[in-house]
Amino acid sequence: MQLFPCPFCGPRDETEFHYGGDAGNARPDGGDVPIDRWANYLYLRSNPKGAAREIWVHMNCGEFFVMERDTLTHEVLSSTALGEEHTA
Amino acid sequence: MTRRYSALSLFKEGLAGQTGWKQAWRSPEPKPSYDAIVIGGGGHGLATAYYLARNHNIARVAVLEKGWIGGGNTGRNTTVVRSNYYYPQSVELYGLAHRLYEGLSKDLNYNVMLSQRGMVNLCHSTAEMEVGARTVNAMQISGIDAELFSPEDVRRVAPIYNFSPYARFPVFGGIWQGRAGTARHDAVAWGYARAASRLGVDIIQNCEITDFIIGGGRCRGVQTTRGAIRGERIGMAVAGHSSVLAGKAGFRLPINSYALQACVSEPVKPILDTVVLSPGTGVYVSQSDKGEIVIGGGLDRIPSYAQRGNLPTLETVIAGVLEMFPIFGQLKLMRQWAGIVDVVPDSSPIIGESPLPNLFLNCGWGTGGFKAIPAGGTLLANLLATGKHNEISRPFDLDRFATGRLIDEAAGSGIAH
Repeated sequence: MQLFPCPFCGPRDETEFHYGGDAGNARPDGGDVPIDRWANYLYLRSNPKGAAREIWVHMNCGEFFVMERDTLTHEVLSSTALGEEHTA
Repeated sequence: MTRRYSALSLFKEGLAGQTGWKQAWRSPEPKPSYDAIVIGGGGHGLATAYYLARNHNIARVAVLEKGWIGGGNTGRNTTVVRSNYYYPQSVELYGLAHRLYEGLSKDLNYNVMLSQRGMVNLCHSTAEMEVGARTVNAMQISGIDAELFSPEDVRRVAPIYNFSPYARFPVFGGIWQGRAGTARHDAVAWGYARAASRLGVDIIQNCEITDFIIGGGRCRGVQTTRGAIRGERIGMAVAGHSSVLAGKAGFRLPINSYALQACVSEPVKPILDTVVLSPGTGVYVSQSDKGEIVIGGGLDRIPSYAQRGNLPTLETVIAGVLEMFPIFGQLKLMRQWAGIVDVVPDSSPIIGESPLPNLFLNCGWGTGGFKAIPAGGTLLANLLATGKHNEISRPFDLDRFATGRLIDEAAGSGIAH
C-alpha cells in the first residue's frame, strides 16, 4: 500500500484518492471555441513517462490538489492545495 | 534443413536427432531504408509486418523492437480470445480478429494453441440479466455467436462456481460465447515473427526509437539506437507507450497509461474448462493448458508506467476470485505481474493516420489488445500499404474525438474502464 500526501489530511492510503487528469488543463472559455480546442481539452492527455503534474482528489475530505509524481517509480515529489497552486 | 512444421518433419527430425531445425526467424542488421517501418515487436507489430508481406506483397519491411519480441503486453495478458462486443463497428473489428484467430495456426504454420473452450460473462441480478439479453440480441443481430445462459447452464459449464445461497454474487444467468477461448500468447508473437521473417521481413530487436525523421511536414523515418532508418511509410503499435512516441513526434493522444495486473496459481489438474468473468468482482478466470489458474481483474487506478502494479488492486482481485471460487483458497499463487495499457475514453482502439502525416497509429486497445492482434495487424498493414482506411478501420480514426462519434464500449459491453 502506497501513501499519498493529502495537503489537508496528511499521508493516507492510495485507495482513498482518485486521479483527476493533467494539472493545467484549463477549460476553454467563451462561445466560439473551435472544435479542436474542445477535443484537446476534453480528450488529449500528456500522459508522461516520468515526472508528472496531476490533479487528484482525496475522496475522504473531498479536496482537490496538485500532486507531482513520477509515473515510472511512483515516487511522490510534492502535493499542493489548488488555491495555493494558482497563487504560486 | 527443416523449414515447415508438420507431423512428418517432427518424425524426420526425431530420426535425425533434432539437428535440422532452423532458427524460427532471422536477426539481420537494419538496412538504411525500407518500404514500411513498423515500430513495436509485439503481436500487433509483427502481425502488421506479416500481413504487409502476405496481403499486400510489401516485404521490404522492418519491425523495430526496443526489447525482445512479445516481451510487452503480448507476453503479459491472460490470453483470452473473444468477440462479445456491442456496437456494430466493434463487432466488425473483433469479429475479423476472431475469424483470423480460428485459421491462424494453419495460416502461420505455427501452433498458436487456440482452444475454443467458451466464455461466460455472469449476470448477478435480474437487471443484469436484462442487459445480458440485450447484449446477446445485439451480438446475434451482428452475426456473432451468443447465447443467454440460465443458472443451470452456468452450473453445467462452471460447476465449481460459488452457487451457495449466501454467495455475495449469485448467478442469475450469463452471456455465453462458445467460440471464445484462449490461445498461447507467446506462440502468437513467435508464429507471426517466423511467418513474417520467411516472407522477407527484417525483425530487429534491441532497437529503440529515439526520434522521428521529419521532412516537409511528413514522417520520413526514425532515429534509433541502431542508427537512422528511413521508410516510405511508418506505423506504430507500441501499446502502453503510445503517448511516449507521440511526444517524440510532436502530438498528444487521448490516452492514459495504466497498469493492468494478472497472476497465476501453481498448476493443478483440470478443474475449469471455460473462461468465467464476473462483472460483480471484476475478475475473470481460466485454466491454462499447463494447469495454472490464470487470473485477471481491473486496472490499477493510478496512471503508471511501472510494469508491476500495486497491492490494493491485487487484493481486490484475489478477494474476488475467492468469492467466485472458494475452492481456490487452497491454491498458492506462483507469479504476479503487470502490463502497461493504453486507456482511451471510449474504450475503443485508435487506428489511422496520426497528426504527423505518414505516421500511422495502432494503439488504444486498453485491456483487450491480445484478442485483436490479427485485426490490428490486418488494418495497420492496409493503412501502410494504401495510405487509406478501409470500412472496418474508418470508425476508429483519431478524428472521432473531434467529431464526437465515439464508440463507447465501456457503456456498450461493460468494459470496466
